[in-house]
Amino acid sequence: MAAGFDPSGRLPDVFTNAGTSSFTSFLSKVAPEMLPGRRPLPPGLAADLAPHATTIVAISTAGGVVMAGDRRATMGNLIAQRDIEKVHPADAYSLVGIAGTAGIGIELMRLFQVELEHYEKIEGAMLSLDAKANRLAAMVRGNLGAAMQGLAVIPLFAGFDLAAKDPARAGRIFSFDVTGGPYEETGYDAIGSGSLFAKSALKKRFRAGLSVDDAVRLAVEALYDAADDDTATGGPDLSRRIFPVVMTATAEGTYRLTDAETAAIGESVVAGRMENPGG
Amino acid sequence: MAMQFYASPEQIMRDRSEMARKGIARGRSAVVLSYAGGVLFVAENLSSTLHKVSEIYDRIGFAAVGRYNEFENLRRAGVRMADLNGLSYDRRDVTGLALANAFAQTLGAIFTEQSKPFEVEICVAEVGATPEDDALYRLTYDGSVNDEPGRMAMGGQADAIAGVLKSHHRPDMSLGEAVRVAVQALGSVGGEGGAARTIAANQLEVAILDRSRVGRTFRRITGAALTALLDGGAAGEAEAEGDRAKTPTTPTEEAHKPATSAGSADLEDKPGDKPEA
Repeated sequence: MAAGFDPSGRLPDVFTNAGTSSFTSFLSKVAPEMLPGRRPLPPGLAADLAPHATTIVAISTAGGVVMAGDRRATMGNLIAQRDIEKVHPADAYSLVGIAGTAGIGIELMRLFQVELEHYEKIEGAMLSLDAKANRLAAMVRGNLGAAMQGLAVIPLFAGFDLAAKDPARAGRIFSFDVTGGPYEETGYDAIGSGSLFAKSALKKRFRAGLSVDDAVRLAVEALYDAADDDTATGGPDLSRRIFPVVMTATAEGTYRLTDAETAAIGESVVAGRMENPGG
Repeated sequence: MAMQFYASPEQIMRDRSEMARKGIARGRSAVVLSYAGGVLFVAENLSSTLHKVSEIYDRIGFAAVGRYNEFENLRRAGVRMADLNGLSYDRRDVTGLALANAFAQTLGAIFTEQSKPFEVEICVAEVGATPEDDALYRLTYDGSVNDEPGRMAMGGQADAIAGVLKSHHRPDMSLGEAVRVAVQALGSVGGEGGAARTIAANQLEVAILDRSRVGRTFRRITGAALTALLDGGAAGEAEAEGDRAKTPTTPTEEAHKPATSAGSADLEDKPGDKPEA
């Protein structure tokens, strides 16, 4: 157990205090060592110490958002992992993708998931989408020290805004920088080493009001373009049957496309590129 | 100057117990029971926002009667403990037993050390793979814990309610049958001259831990879905039991609207929700 319990087994006061509804502020009292930003690091650059997760794209659609991430993690010139999963549900209506130092990213993402769920359980209501983005920004900011030593984590956050008046604008995307953010993006965004190429592809092909299916296809195409020009981004791996992770967030909640669905899209994208390598 | 009179420890404990018991007995009751599809919580509650039944973790729910501020305090502590353990270890390692123990220690310490005991009675319920694997822990004001056999009643006239439950409850019941048995049991006391009462849907707080669901299993049943269950609608039941299989990766629950969960909101809108019988 991380927190020191009373010898009697009784829950310490910090648990029963009225206190805060934020899990991270609670954690900072009972187990500050579990917060990613609270660890002292030795001086020096540590960028090539741990695997890096690469490209994530998000596209807003008529009924929500689509987020997709490639499956490669790199360590310097090596491929550290071929099937890492970088896109996850943050809660029932939002998605988070992680680029940068994989280990810290996964820790941050888990903490963020608990933060949202914790608030929802304590208060009996969900945070607004903007509040979720603000909480994530605070967590990224907390990692600034490590980021300056090369262990940066940059998330991409997207979700279905339950408070949106116009359902066509309910799908919203937020990006962040190492000092926090958040910055709301219009239409689409990408993060990670291949984001330059993915964004260029999306710039030419994105149209407002895309259907979810079209946006899924577009996201996989953009990842293909990123993999085409960036060695740290993995393309669809037909021989090992590894395809991008694609998730959607709509009024029905979040949904992860099954392996069969992403395989079908991935194969069709590769087949299209056989004829026209530029897409 | 105040004079200190001697009171035996036995007398002090008896007085505190009596006070707590009286406080609990004044409130409206709640029942918790296992059924084929999970664990059902039904509480009589006039408020739709001050909950007596809540989610603690993936497979753990919480029901309480008595003083709201006191059990709310314990509920928050429980959510904090569960989330902390789930993050430190794994989601599967958060158990109802650990939570029941922590609540018991806390209630026991408050009962002996503080001048006023908590006037609460609590149920920590954990849904298992089958009704036999469900665990219902009853925690009382003095910190004692009981593992209840698939059903329990708390609050005012709990014994009479438990009697009705015992004669009608079976672990293989459907959700609709379980809700009707629970409401019948709650309505069996407090009527004019000992007669049974009818409790309207808007005075009930109903939630389930859905056995078939992956991840967060807690779901509130409100509005039309609840009315359909109370009326004995087979259609309503089929809807309520239907899982949102489309979103297996999602911790589905709650709640842009405080009183309605996302899980039940989608039940309300479906066609065929009308009672048939």
